[in-house]
Amino acid sequence: MAIAAESLMAAPERGISELRRQRQRAAMRFLLPMIVALLVVAAWPLMRTIYFSFTNTTLSNLDGGEWVGLGNYLNWRTLSSGRVIYRGVLADPQWWNAVWNTVCFTVISVSLETVFGVVVALVLNAEFRGRALVRAAVLIPWAIPTIVSAKMWGWMLNDQFGIINDMALSLGLISQKIAWTANPDTAMAAVIMVDVWKTTPFVALLTLAALQTVPREVYEATRIDGINPIKVFFRVTLPLIRPAILVAVIFRTLDALRMFDLVYVLTPNSAATRTMSTLARENLIDFDKFGYGSAQSTLLFLIIAIFVVAYLKLGRLDLSGEARR
Amino acid sequence: MKLLSNIAFYLLVGVIVLISVFPFYYAVLTSFETGTAIFQVNYLPVSFDFANYWSVLGARNFPRSILNSVFIATLTVAFALVLAVTAAYALSRVRFKGRGAVLLGILAVSMFPQIAVLSGLFELVRFLGIFNTPWAMIMSYTIFTLPFTVWVLTTFMRELPVELEEAAIVDGASPWVIITQVFLPLLWPAIVTTGLLAFIGAWNEFLFALTFTASETTRTVPVAIALLSGASEFEIPWGTIMAASVIVTVPIVALVLIFQRKIVSGLTAGSVKG
Repeated sequence: MAIAAESLMAAPERGISELRRQRQRAAMRFLLPMIVALLVVAAWPLMRTIYFSFTNTTLSNLDGGEWVGLGNYLNWRTLSSGRVIYRGVLADPQWWNAVWNTVCFTVISVSLETVFGVVVALVLNAEFRGRALVRAAVLIPWAIPTIVSAKMWGWMLNDQFGIINDMALSLGLISQKIAWTANPDTAMAAVIMVDVWKTTPFVALLTLAALQTVPREVYEATRIDGINPIKVFFRVTLPLIRPAILVAVIFRTLDALRMFDLVYVLTPNSAATRTMSTLARENLIDFDKFGYGSAQSTLLFLIIAIFVVAYLKLGRLDLSGEARR
Repeated sequence: MKLLSNIAFYLLVGVIVLISVFPFYYAVLTSFETGTAIFQVNYLPVSFDFANYWSVLGARNFPRSILNSVFIATLTVAFALVLAVTAAYALSRVRFKGRGAVLLGILAVSMFPQIAVLSGLFELVRFLGIFNTPWAMIMSYTIFTLPFTVWVLTTFMRELPVELEEAAIVDGASPWVIITQVFLPLLWPAIVTTGLLAFIGAWNEFLFALTFTASETTRTVPVAIALLSGASEFEIPWGTIMAASVIVTVPIVALVLIFQRKIVSGLTAGSVKG
């Protein structure tokens, strides 16, 4: 459908080259404001963060930082006894704890969200009475602001007066009240639970959109052939919706790797759930170690950048929509 | 056998609906309870006391936070949409060298972890003298609203029939006229959807709002709710927190439910097709 215009615009010999150049000049003018805006709010701050990570800048004196090279990342000094002491983010057990927490959180929550999301999408794709209402209900967790859901669940998970403890006690699942968010053993589970509750709808919606493009005849044919529905799902449906699920998983993974707000509000100051983002902000703002926190931010950026590059390479993305033409 | 699987199916549907709706239902329930009623676990409404709502709305700073959030989110979205409509036209309808690179850059920015720009933005905000003002948020939110709106509008604009544009070109219309007179009227549904999603993103943002505000009067709603405290440090005012939560959530949930079909298409367009 787009072939006509593109060939029209790509045919210099027919006296259209002037028009084409005019369009390209207009395109540059249209793009410039957006590019400038992104340079100011994204590229420049990122460069400054990376620069700060090589200095000993403090929050109270942003201009007074001195260049310390890789000192924030790793430095060592040899004591007179011959023992070597390592310092810096890469030798900081708190950092590795945060990395471990973030990775655990990401792997477990994204896996659960994907499985539940696909199940919910399959349910919503079936035809039954009240489907529109159920879909509306499923959207609610996604629509609720993260801070609000953190507070809501914080209240439900309250050790003394929380309804979750009350339910679990009356069902006989636990024998005494649990301080879900304060107890280091259960804090991570609580964070994962709230995140799964909140973001499963996102995965479900993306999967549902893909499911609706699978022709009904496919299901009709398999039903007539009497094939087991579970087999149909794994052999027919899943391969067809796999690209959509992959996209949802990647978006969720990127979001999970930078997790901040839910942890900050639901389990404040808990070492069991401290993520890379919360640790970096703590150092930047609360502990006046601006350079050190910047080094942690930079490392998180690198981790996510590697992930994105791998995704772009593996996904072979059709960025400009050329393939459709 | 058929009956059994039907029962199992509706049971599953019931569980999904219950899990989705219950936490918000319980928040609403709690928001109407005061005094000792709050500290008894109730599954059904026992009181309809608006005291928590009056205390939240009567407090000097919470209505101010709502105004701050509305102002910031509206301006952020308006700014992003103005820049995005023209940029999306260039990216979707004009073929030029480096188009792929620009799209790649936009995609990369949308995947940035916010914490990675926090130190640099903090310095910029201080340098511009907008620390602790709404402008700090309006500027910093551009980092996620702009790439998102450009991306989604580019996807939408690619789908518009090319004959429209050809006719306009033949009539001698300039690109600016094509955007404002030909495409804009067709794009309204897409702009509303994209704007709504960007608005929700700006309304919910927490990290920048927490870092770039320092006083109660400049807080946005999420920060205000996160830092809402009681008379003493150990006394968490759950009733008021739930009332505040319900106040800021109901409009968003209502908008999402009204526009749910459009939102699904916006989300699908926003996620890259592999």
